[in-house]
Amino acid sequence: MARILLEMKNITKEFPGVKALDNVNLQVEEGEIHALVGENGAGKSTLMNVLSGIYPFGTYTGDIIYNGEVCKFHTIRDSEARGIVIIHQELALVPEMSIGENMYLGNERGRKSHIDWNTTYAEADKYLKMVGLTESSKVKVKEIGTGKQQLVEIAKALAKQAKLLILDEPTSSLNEEDSKALLDLMLQFKKNGMTMIIITHKLNEVAYVADKITVIRDGSTIETIDNTGHNVDEDRIIKGMVGREITNRFPKREGVAIGEINLEVDHWTVQHPLYPERKVVDDVSIHVRKGEVVGIYGLMGAGRTELAMSIFGQSYGKLLGGTLKINGEEVTLKSPTDAINHKLAYVTEDRKGNGLILSQSIKVNTSLANLDTISSKKVIDKDKEYQVAEEYRGKLSIKTPTVEQLVGNLSGGNQQKVLLAKWMFAEPDILILDEPTRGIDVGAKYEIYCIINDLAKAGKSVIMISSELPEVLAMSDRIYIMNASRLVGEMKSSEATQENTMAMILKSGRGD
Amino acid sequence: MNKKVVTVIKDHFMIIVLVVVYVLFMIGTSGAIFQPMNFNALITQNAYVYILGCGMLMCMLTGGNIDLSCGSVVCLLGAFGAYLMMIRHMSAGAAIVLMLAAGIIYGIVLGYLVAYVNIPPWIATLAGYLAFRGLGTAILSGNSKTGSISVAAQKAFLKVFSGKLFSSKMGTLNIPCMVAGILAAAAVIIINTRSRAVKLKKGYEADSASSVAVKSVLGAAVVLLVAYKLGMAGGIPTVLVWVAIVVLLYSFITEKTTIGRHFYVVGGNMEAARLSGVNTKLIMFTAYLNMAVLTVVTTWVVLARFQAANSTAGTNYEMDAIASCVVGGVSAYGGEGKVSGMVVGATLIGVINLGMSLVNWDANLQKVVKGAVLLGAVAFDIISKKRAQ
Repeated sequence: MARILLEMKNITKEFPGVKALDNVNLQVEEGEIHALVGENGAGKSTLMNVLSGIYPFGTYTGDIIYNGEVCKFHTIRDSEARGIVIIHQELALVPEMSIGENMYLGNERGRKSHIDWNTTYAEADKYLKMVGLTESSKVKVKEIGTGKQQLVEIAKALAKQAKLLILDEPTSSLNEEDSKALLDLMLQFKKNGMTMIIITHKLNEVAYVADKITVIRDGSTIETIDNTGHNVDEDRIIKGMVGREITNRFPKREGVAIGEINLEVDHWTVQHPLYPERKVVDDVSIHVRKGEVVGIYGLMGAGRTELAMSIFGQSYGKLLGGTLKINGEEVTLKSPTDAINHKLAYVTEDRKGNGLILSQSIKVNTSLANLDTISSKKVIDKDKEYQVAEEYRGKLSIKTPTVEQLVGNLSGGNQQKVLLAKWMFAEPDILILDEPTRGIDVGAKYEIYCIINDLAKAGKSVIMISSELPEVLAMSDRIYIMNASRLVGEMKSSEATQENTMAMILKSGRGD
Repeated sequence: MNKKVVTVIKDHFMIIVLVVVYVLFMIGTSGAIFQPMNFNALITQNAYVYILGCGMLMCMLTGGNIDLSCGSVVCLLGAFGAYLMMIRHMSAGAAIVLMLAAGIIYGIVLGYLVAYVNIPPWIATLAGYLAFRGLGTAILSGNSKTGSISVAAQKAFLKVFSGKLFSSKMGTLNIPCMVAGILAAAAVIIINTRSRAVKLKKGYEADSASSVAVKSVLGAAVVLLVAYKLGMAGGIPTVLVWVAIVVLLYSFITEKTTIGRHFYVVGGNMEAARLSGVNTKLIMFTAYLNMAVLTVVTTWVVLARFQAANSTAGTNYEMDAIASCVVGGVSAYGGEGKVSGMVVGATLIGVINLGMSLVNWDANLQKVVKGAVLLGAVAFDIISKKRAQ
């Protein structure tokens, strides 16, 4: 048995009113990849913040034993000095600076009086090579894609002489190809003796890379599962995470009558808002019927979000051509307000960026897209507003003590539900859901799927955009496949498989 | 300390600071600040801050945007109004209408530049800050040798915007003023108790009976005290009526109406607001048009108070309005803030100003103190929010 590199013993961390961690134990052996899984809000990130000194010694109880010594980290610098380096979910790179500058930000090479740029760039290039990047370290970060930026983050961690690397959801913003490359890189590091902790929601990734899996739920460790054979039972992990058995990850939708065509988009072409020569949507025609769930699958950057936002009142890019029919009638929607008035809803993929007002309450967010219904003569009826928020809190089982709670304080899954509540309250007939389950845990995903089924049962038309193929296949009646701004295929989901879907993308010949 | 006590203190921190500062000045001035005269002074001297503060609040809500030009606009419009009344011999009514029209035109241009041309507000208004004082001074020096136009002869104008309602002799109690005070105090109590009763009836969370009682009694007591002091100082200053109308109107708009809500959500997340069907450009436009209209109202009361237009009128008014908002808890990033908070902030700054001039502190030192108060208030706000997280 290998040496224990890190042991966290009986870690308890309290915030005012909540116990975020309750006697958590974690053992990581030298040279292994240890996965930490759990629902949003289970305490994974809190645990890692304790480990890295973001929550300093003294604000928690319990011991961190690293390399056989009890450690008392007061700042993130203390933990980095010992070789514990954390890579956060949100990339912390400055887009306008070069890769090299970013890698040594706060850790500059040279003397106190000045930075030695030659050493900086030479060393940076060395580490870039180690993560498989061929770019020069003098290239600006904004000029490389998200996948490569994630690799730069890893190179940055290596430059800090990391011995224990913590990756917090490293693949959440990567497409499948980049994700695979990153996981393979992890496996390669492991061969070289690096110890890693990975936090992720994607169980296939866990099964692929992890040697051991620790499940955390409600601030406590549930169990640590051995995965050296890479054949662990996914259902067991899920059961541990949510505390109950989920027999079917995708709820069935039965007996829904599919009606007439509700939304029809023909030859839709959209130009990039900044680069007129680029078409982000190129001659796309789709339709959706009442009671139907239509999936749009594609890799990141395929033009799915751009298509959706453009349909939703031309809220992205410039429309070059195409017609839009709702209920058989041709309409021109020039603003989100127009779209909402025509019973259209767009539930964004970026709930924090352009979906929710984090500094406002659940109540305010829920009523936002349909304030007029709860107002008379532009004066808001606060009673009605409260009732509406309560109604949707119940309907979507949003976990919160009160609807006056600020949305920023909710977990990702609950935020997503508030976002859905807002658009359901707007009473649309056609809903475009853009990555409705991104970054939320298995339990909340299941609930969102149920909501989608209910919407279809109520005769609404649902367009679901997703990068997770199993989800698209299981939830849709029919799927469209997009690649490089174009529609490259359409299939009944009963006929679609992972293989023939990917084949369509690859055959379209413009895959990047 | 008890958790409840801590939250009560936190929620009413600025009010507590206001009371403490007031008491300190009462000691420091051996009671002078508590004289009826000084109650009157506090209101008439600071009326402009309350009115401009409402406009500035609306601008700041949209995302920490400010209007640097309002002080200079007060100077220009004051000169314009005085010129119309005294040089062109127009009636007060005509001058009032033309001033309003000029303000609205400026508001439309400014709103258009900010909302539709996307010029950052502080730059667009910095231009006005520089240009309008120059223009105002040019009008004044072109029409008067002293560089100042007196409007003391325009009795009708002065009567509407300054002076006293139900005026009486100093030192004798003014009965109508007292009656108004009693009615207002009664309104405070009735509104507080009714709102609690309604909440309970509908099964919502409501404050405890004791806390509502304490709030009502304290609120009513303050109203009665002010009414009594004003009654002893010769009556209700007319300008208080203008301030009350503006403050109540904007409290209503921000708290109860859909347009008010739109200001908050635009400041909270402009993209999310836009995709939820809020016309974000129109909100930005409205913020600056509204600011211009309130600047006109400010000009009326300021011109009437000084009975003259001169080139220094409105100096630093924009800063006073911004400071009141910030001290009153309006977020410098937008999306948060209340009219009531701004009123407390403005009053606190007003009391400090008045108190310092009563104890005869050095004018330069006064500025230092004001700066420190501003920084302290914001630091407190940010630190206490960080703790709460």
